[in-house]
Amino acid sequence: MKENRLIPNDHSQAEGDKAALPTEKSAKHFSTLRNLLNSFENRTWRGVVIGIPYLWMLMFFFLPFVFVFKISLAESIIARPPFTSLIAWVDGTRLSINLIFDNYLLLLEDDFFTIAYLNSLKIAFVATLCCLIIGYIMAYGIARSKASIRNVLLLLVILPFWTSFLLRVYAWMGLLSNHGIINNLLLAIGFIDQPIQMMYTDFAMYVVFVYTFLPFMILPLYSTLEKMDMSLHEASADLGAKPVTTFLTVTVPLSMPGIIAGCMLVFIPAVGEFVIPSLVGGPDSMMIGRMLFDEFFANRDWPLASAVAVVLLIFLVVPFMLYKFYSARQEGRYV
Amino acid sequence: MNSKRNYYILTGMGFGFAFLYIPILLLMVFSFNEAKVTTRWSSFSLKWYQALLENDAIINAALISLKIAVISATIATIVGVLAGIALVRFKKFKGKTLFSGLMVAPMVMPEVITGLSLLFLFVAMEELIGWPDGRGMTTITIAHITFCITFVAVIIQSRLQGMDESLEEAAMDLGGRPIRILFDITLPLITPAMISGWLLSFTLSLDDVILASFVSGPSSTTLPLVIFSKIKLGISPDINALATLIIGIVAIGIVIAAWLMNKKEKAYQRDIQMAVAQNE
Repeated sequence: MKENRLIPNDHSQAEGDKAALPTEKSAKHFSTLRNLLNSFENRTWRGVVIGIPYLWMLMFFFLPFVFVFKISLAESIIARPPFTSLIAWVDGTRLSINLIFDNYLLLLEDDFFTIAYLNSLKIAFVATLCCLIIGYIMAYGIARSKASIRNVLLLLVILPFWTSFLLRVYAWMGLLSNHGIINNLLLAIGFIDQPIQMMYTDFAMYVVFVYTFLPFMILPLYSTLEKMDMSLHEASADLGAKPVTTFLTVTVPLSMPGIIAGCMLVFIPAVGEFVIPSLVGGPDSMMIGRMLFDEFFANRDWPLASAVAVVLLIFLVVPFMLYKFYSARQEGRYV
Repeated sequence: MNSKRNYYILTGMGFGFAFLYIPILLLMVFSFNEAKVTTRWSSFSLKWYQALLENDAIINAALISLKIAVISATIATIVGVLAGIALVRFKKFKGKTLFSGLMVAPMVMPEVITGLSLLFLFVAMEELIGWPDGRGMTTITIAHITFCITFVAVIIQSRLQGMDESLEEAAMDLGGRPIRILFDITLPLITPAMISGWLLSFTLSLDDVILASFVSGPSSTTLPLVIFSKIKLGISPDINALATLIIGIVAIGIVIAAWLMNKKEKAYQRDIQMAVAQNE
């Protein structure tokens, strides 16, 4: 501690250098001691900075998955908690480990679950594609607009992200319902005779998915498009390429990291979405997040809900790794 | 040719922004509608706002939600700042890959899975050590902190990456102690990022339905839970009024925060310019 005080803490560097080196000998002496102390302090400090978030996430994010996995291998019983335990003493002398794979077998065999998984993948895929098309146009437009209005446009993209997700879904319920604003408008201008059923259909889900996830697509796309070197486009044009050719052979390949990051940011959460399918989705178009929720709350089948979660996780590991890989390559500077 | 293309892009952008904003604006407009039907305009009225103020269930839920949001945003910001510093400033440490994975995963993880697994953890902990005693505000707060830490960490990370490390190094060379460097140099420089991290955590917590469905108890119904159970039955004008209030407050908060941060950022740039000028 004393050693530290010898070094003035005001930020004038020149003075600091003079004071820190009164004589060569003492300076050497001090610096060894100081280094030792500093390295100890630095190490404790490192431990704290890394340790607190690490422990928190291990405890409240990683460890819970172990429980999910464990419970997925149990059997549902009527008790508290409502599942069989993994390890049990039989006759007081034998320790038996009960791994029950029935839940996974059921998921494989029952069409209901297979259809729900496939349907989730389909809806997430189509929604991601729509987001990509609309998002690309918008990101391209923002990246090519004047620097002065670029930030305003970007803020306009981010702003809805700050407003409640639930309320953004709700806003569409008022538009899409049978007596909703769109139907009323179409009826009023005589375009249709009777309301079109839009709520509780896949169409409603796609619209709301695109609406709520669009910012996640635009931001990574924008950050790659904005950094792109425009001279490449000029070179391509000078060499006689048509705009479409330039777009397909120069712009799109160069923005691939943004495309992948954006698609994963939309696709991964969309597969397991719960709020949208349960508010605007139809009863015959099951999605996996909603099924997990129902299995857990309506049927109180904890083990089956866990198995659904484990399978969903396995589905998401590959896209997640892809996303991690590409976001590591791209400097994430858009948030 | 070029102007034609620009025209297409501009039209596309126009439609895009209209798509993003019209539903919200219509939602707000119809909160002032006299009629119970939320989709056909009759006349201007504030009666749904009045109904909202008289609804004790909603007011109580709002208070609980605000309390949870303030606590979880604050703790998530503290832990998230540490995580962001660890990710950017410590080049290598044991288990960094897992660490950085843990700092991204909750963001893309379906919330149904996070909620389900946290509930299992709480149930197991209650059995083992008797804490947390039942589910309620504590468990919701823990769930929200866990979810928000990653968002704060990402924001802090991107800010630190764009920041010159030499200031911290200089302070270290001058014998500054880690804690002092943190409070005197690092934190003041990342204050804007901390504010956005806190605000984002606050709004995420205020907005969460799924985690809360899993880990809330009977005595702790949050505002989104009330809204969700209400709108499952269809649209109702008092929810429009509530939505207008929430969106209005959030929008004002964001604009003020953006303005303050812009001011601070400008002052910071000015300080740097002055320092450079003095040195020359």
